[in-house]
Amino acid sequence: MNKYSIFSIIKNAFSNHQNWSLAWKDPTPKKEYDVVIIGGGGHGLATAYYLAKEHKITNVAIIEKGWIGGGNIGRNTTIIRSNFMYDENAKFNEFGMNLWRNMSQELNFNVMFSPRGIVNLAHSDAQMNAYARRGNSMRLNGIDAVLLNRDEIKKMIPMADFSEDVRYPIFGGLAQPSAGTARHDAVAWGYARQADSMGVDIIQNCEVTGFDMSGGKITGLRTSRGDIKTKKIGLCVAGSTNVLAEKLNITLPIETHLLQACVSEPVKPILDGVVTFGAGHFYISQSDKGEMVMGGDLDGYNSYAQKGNLPTIQHVLSGGVALFPFLSRLKMLRTWGGIMDMSMDGSPIIDKTHIEGLYLNCGWCYGGFKSVPSSGWTFAHTIAQDRVHELNSGFSLSRFSKGYLLDEKGLGTKTWIS
Amino acid sequence: MLNIKCPYCGERAQKEFAYGGDGTIKRPELDKSVTDKEWDAFVYERKSPRGKHVEFWHHIFGCRQWFRAQRDTVTHEIFKTVKLDEEI
Repeated sequence: MNKYSIFSIIKNAFSNHQNWSLAWKDPTPKKEYDVVIIGGGGHGLATAYYLAKEHKITNVAIIEKGWIGGGNIGRNTTIIRSNFMYDENAKFNEFGMNLWRNMSQELNFNVMFSPRGIVNLAHSDAQMNAYARRGNSMRLNGIDAVLLNRDEIKKMIPMADFSEDVRYPIFGGLAQPSAGTARHDAVAWGYARQADSMGVDIIQNCEVTGFDMSGGKITGLRTSRGDIKTKKIGLCVAGSTNVLAEKLNITLPIETHLLQACVSEPVKPILDGVVTFGAGHFYISQSDKGEMVMGGDLDGYNSYAQKGNLPTIQHVLSGGVALFPFLSRLKMLRTWGGIMDMSMDGSPIIDKTHIEGLYLNCGWCYGGFKSVPSSGWTFAHTIAQDRVHELNSGFSLSRFSKGYLLDEKGLGTKTWIS
Repeated sequence: MLNIKCPYCGERAQKEFAYGGDGTIKRPELDKSVTDKEWDAFVYERKSPRGKHVEFWHHIFGCRQWFRAQRDTVTHEIFKTVKLDEEI
């Protein structure tokens, strides 16, 4: 693998950039692997990378039905944060923040991590109290949290509607200045390139059609490109988790739902951080290209369509316009959808299963992107050591039956309203 | 937007309806003992197939009746809607 640097750019300039080597190979599947990761998205690629780097397990295949980075890692709104109240979520994601900070150097790939800050707006005294509580919990876990009043928010986002007669006046907000955004495709490609260089086989256009088991143990899997023997399989397939679970004859506390996002035409810099509306489901940031990147509610019913309906976009953007009236004058450039693995308490599952050799990584709901490094790191540990790490011990599959839910928002089991 | 045929009122726009999730879930019988596993399955485990899905809908801004629909989760085509005491 060629190291990317200013010198490699200069060197390749002499040959008109025609001789760059491929960032990853296109191997034919081998007959047997130590570990097979299903799903070539952010979580799968990161898992393979940390398996190779931290645990020296390099006889690993990533099986991807489409192309790597074509799912939610390429469809999200790139927000990275660790502003969680519960210890399990906070510690896990703050661990991830440290991985994000060094990611460009570690992967030798510019992921454009930009800690530009996030602010959650509050629109009532009760919401301010709830944010104060969450902020205090964050600070106890060593995460930067700042409670801001109305005037401080006004300095930060003067273009928001601060008039007195709005339905949801801004009371203040909770900021995490170290949160930010990154270039999502680069994250997938960076992990893929490094994993490939350490010997991981990235096998694209290869669909998993079945699993081989004997005596409650995984022995292999069947794919559209032949059978593969392996003793360990890691599932990182987000919205398709239920499709594979059905092949494994297991039912999970997961539903697959459709989430849309959209970007406006590019405009001059106006918003330097991420802002979330507290009276509806709407969040916004501005990309480096100038597009306003926005998202909000699920479409509201189980779906695998990867494309959504306009009423949801209209609903989300009506919240956006209530917060930032200038949005009504922007044209929308694109809308798109992805399929979310919505868990019953809004928190993920990274765990072993009752089938020996089958490991589960799912339930990321809206927030899979920020957790790519921490999920990959802990999932690699869980697979390599055959036991969960302290960081993902709260994300067990059994927490539902035992009652140890991580219901950050307290919304219960109706995943489509969360 | 979906057009959903309420078994009581006929075809209406989706905005009149609220979604109710997996329509195959049944609450365990009250007068029998329930194992933790059965209760866990009732509260948390959901079918979420790629393809035909049986689900609850509530005609909340209409007749306020609950009913079941069979819908494709890829194409969003609705094949059938039935009252709760009818087979799907």
